[in-house]
Amino acid sequence: MSSIRRFMNQLHPLFAKGGRLEKFYALYEMVDTFLYTPADVTYTAPHVRDAIDLKRVMTYVVIATLPVLLIGLYNTGYQANIAMAQLGLDSTPGWRGPLLDAIGYNASNPLACLLHGLVYFLPVYITTLAVGGFWEVVFAAVRNHEINEGFLVTSMLFALILPPDIPLWQVALGISFGVVVAKEIFGGTGKNFVNPALAGRAFLFFAYPGAISGDSVWVAVDGFSQATPLALGSVPGIDSAVGNIVAHGYSWWDCFMGIQPGNIGAESTLGCLLGAAFMLYTGVASWRIMAGVTLGLIGTVLIFNFSGGEAPMYGMPWYWHLVLGGFAFGTVFMATDPVSAAHTNAGRWVFGILIGFMTALIRVVNPAYPEGIMLAILFSNLFAPLIDYVVIRLNIRRRMMRNAKV
Amino acid sequence: MDKAIKKVLFEPLVDNNPITLQILGICSALAVTTKLSTALTMSIALTLVVAASNFVISLMRKHVPTNIRIIVMMTVIASLVIVVDEFLKAYFFTISKDLSVFVGLIITNCIVLGRAEAFAMKNGPWDSFMDGIGNGLGYSLILMSVGVIRELFGSGTLFGVEIFTKVTAGGWYVPNGMLLLPPSAFFLIGFIIWGLRTWKTAQMEKRDYQIHQVHRTEVV
Repeated sequence: MSSIRRFMNQLHPLFAKGGRLEKFYALYEMVDTFLYTPADVTYTAPHVRDAIDLKRVMTYVVIATLPVLLIGLYNTGYQANIAMAQLGLDSTPGWRGPLLDAIGYNASNPLACLLHGLVYFLPVYITTLAVGGFWEVVFAAVRNHEINEGFLVTSMLFALILPPDIPLWQVALGISFGVVVAKEIFGGTGKNFVNPALAGRAFLFFAYPGAISGDSVWVAVDGFSQATPLALGSVPGIDSAVGNIVAHGYSWWDCFMGIQPGNIGAESTLGCLLGAAFMLYTGVASWRIMAGVTLGLIGTVLIFNFSGGEAPMYGMPWYWHLVLGGFAFGTVFMATDPVSAAHTNAGRWVFGILIGFMTALIRVVNPAYPEGIMLAILFSNLFAPLIDYVVIRLNIRRRMMRNAKV
Repeated sequence: MDKAIKKVLFEPLVDNNPITLQILGICSALAVTTKLSTALTMSIALTLVVAASNFVISLMRKHVPTNIRIIVMMTVIASLVIVVDEFLKAYFFTISKDLSVFVGLIITNCIVLGRAEAFAMKNGPWDSFMDGIGNGLGYSLILMSVGVIRELFGSGTLFGVEIFTKVTAGGWYVPNGMLLLPPSAFFLIGFIIWGLRTWKTAQMEKRDYQIHQVHRTEVV
């Protein structure tokens, strides 16, 4: 028996029934099952023998976000360093300045960019973990359920889809809304009907639009305004959406790699593809949903291309849609949330296509929001149970008809 | 005060609130609570209409044929609402404009018809009048609570008086734009119901189903 196991065993009576810290059993359980395989066995059917449990699935998702996180950190710092060079600034104001002065603000130094991104990501991430973790523990203690690693996924995803210099109190409010309203009210892990990270972001989007939309929030330098390429495509009065994006110096490859102003970590299609490959290889995400979203988007965009319309976005080809904004991140990490997505295989196709369709619709037709994938996923989350219901009813009817023939 | 009257007057405040327990009259609660002034006007208007309609309908409850009772009730309620609407237009024109169709929609407010059908048709005029006042107050309580939160945190004011100075005016408060949108009232009423049912556990609904609970490790 290892020393850690022995230590945990010694602590156990404190947290067990009748122990002094009984209220905090959830915390003990969290650490214990994070380190060791739980000793729980299922008492009722269905019995599934599998080496992987929910905690390991969640850990895999966190690992899958690493490529997109690293590219995102680099990009956040890179955009900030370019902006500082343009504005002629030689130091970041506030506490970040002394930290970064040592390595400098050279945009061609990858390490400088990475560190610059890190000093913006870490406060957001730590706030998310602390505030969201607080709510998790409160509900775990009061409702007497376990703390789940799912929260690590939620917090990582939430931190990645925020703009770099969002005020931290807004981060705290957003994750509180996401965890409490979208998840804990409905019973906690496995019972959230919408994606908690997206619900938190949607709350911030409607509550404090000034800090999470528009042109001035996407680069982590005060007073620097730069629209995201996606927003550049829907500026009224331009001839061609793609033309305007390229004219501002963003090539297709830049957008594919994720070198564009935007959220901290949701911009890189390349990083998302790496994450998707890992999640598909380990089997923790559904390829049907990802394929459905992509096909739904391509199909809808092709229809818009043919029909034509007044806004320049009608003419944007599908391969640009795929690399702009949060499409890749939403498709790979948000739409595939196993709880809030459809559960049947046929349903997953429908669910994915609905997301792709809505995303294209919001991006192209709606002039108010340049990005549509967040609202499209939340909208489709609400439809997931209905989709599953229809799929199951159709299956039952098909089988009944097959039997009736005999 | 007589005990029965006390019951019909105060029970709808918390124990049998029309909004939080019966989930009636939600639509107007979402629409008019952005500002306290409109919420207050709506509360007073609805309280008066319920009380008066309960009183009138109770007076004629023995003469109304059962088959056409809903039509008769609607006629009484509609007449009262038109009086209130005209009064507001005459003396409080700006508030009347803010409330737009919602005063007229008191006619279709489920609380009014609900109380007429459930209470006034079976009880005397005085009891019915007090029941109307009580239900109106229960409605007003929730409307005002939601209104206070929405106006204070959404615009930084109460009854139009500045409480938090907004950032745009050189202060410190960043208003929460979500609270100015109708869905926020859904969340707030939900939170109020959650709090109320945690406090008064008798109001909790029975579970539709129970997901199987996994045993917790007691022995490692």
